[in-house]
Amino acid sequence: MEKLTTMVTGNNAVMRKAMLDALSLPAFILFFTMMGFGSLARGAGFSAEMSALSSLLIWGLPGQLAMVELTATGQGIIAIVFACSLANARFLPMVVSFVPAMSRGRSGLGGMLLDAQLLSINSWAVCLREFPGIESEFRHRYYLTFASSILLAAVIGTLVGYHGSVLLPAVMMLGLIFISPLFFALVLLGVAGRAERFSMILGCATISIAHTLFPSVDLLIAGIVGGSVGFAVGRSWKSGHGR
Amino acid sequence: MGAETFWIIVLGCAAATFIWRALGVVVVKRIDSSGAFFQWVTCVSYAMVAGLVFRMIILPESQLAAVSIEIRVASVIIAFAAYFLFRRRLVAGVVAGGVSLSGLVAWLG
Repeated sequence: MEKLTTMVTGNNAVMRKAMLDALSLPAFILFFTMMGFGSLARGAGFSAEMSALSSLLIWGLPGQLAMVELTATGQGIIAIVFACSLANARFLPMVVSFVPAMSRGRSGLGGMLLDAQLLSINSWAVCLREFPGIESEFRHRYYLTFASSILLAAVIGTLVGYHGSVLLPAVMMLGLIFISPLFFALVLLGVAGRAERFSMILGCATISIAHTLFPSVDLLIAGIVGGSVGFAVGRSWKSGHGR
Repeated sequence: MGAETFWIIVLGCAAATFIWRALGVVVVKRIDSSGAFFQWVTCVSYAMVAGLVFRMIILPESQLAAVSIEIRVASVIIAFAAYFLFRRRLVAGVVAGGVSLSGLVAWLG
């Protein structure tokens, strides 16, 4: 994997790469995924503007789905907001692991909060995969271009799904829903680092059990258990190897 | 429910999600990104994301729940095979997997 290729550098080159990378798949995936969200939101009683703003401001599908599902079943506001928050709790460790990778050095609080707001699994996974090939001072621009491109696709997809202007056969819709997790799985296959790989395998193993026992906090359990054991294994392997 | 209630839900959910992102920024500002704590949080984020993806495929709550586990797993295997066959091209893997799932559902029901 570690080929000696030329690093991408320069504002225009990096923005072009970000847009092409977004259009190569992620923008389409988000468009179709958010179409599904748009139609569910309509069914639950949300207006088109509310649905589009949910995608723009929440910007985390598991939380958006929790919001729509609990609203449809008539839960109270507090329960809905709490469930959405819990479903999106992954943003805390994701922001922590992602922001330093942009190697921006010192930057203002406002800028960092905007970066954090734009983060999604898609940009997290794609950027961590592409950053090694991008000159460090241009990584932030790559991220902003990529993240805003897919966010735009997601908002458009939400509105298209809401208005139901694209009616696809059910069998085809299933394939389109499936490509979203599939894309993440393929991107994650390329993750380097022993500790990270162990953590991912253990996260998958843990969630199978946690999902049956504690379905509402299964992701938190998978993250903390899988990540801690993966971290410990990675450390002990490293120190053992260094001897 | 009135429109105001829906707006409160949307904005409340946006704020409740933003809290996690903002807490992430607070933590980033305070830690050394080459230290052990940072590495631990990175491992937690990988475990969480991988767990989420695993759940979306193996234990889905979406319409995919209606598709049998055999079809889902077979489609993942086909996707991975296509990905490696076409020199790690993500598009190849994703298209092969999506088409396989739709095809298998249409064929086997």
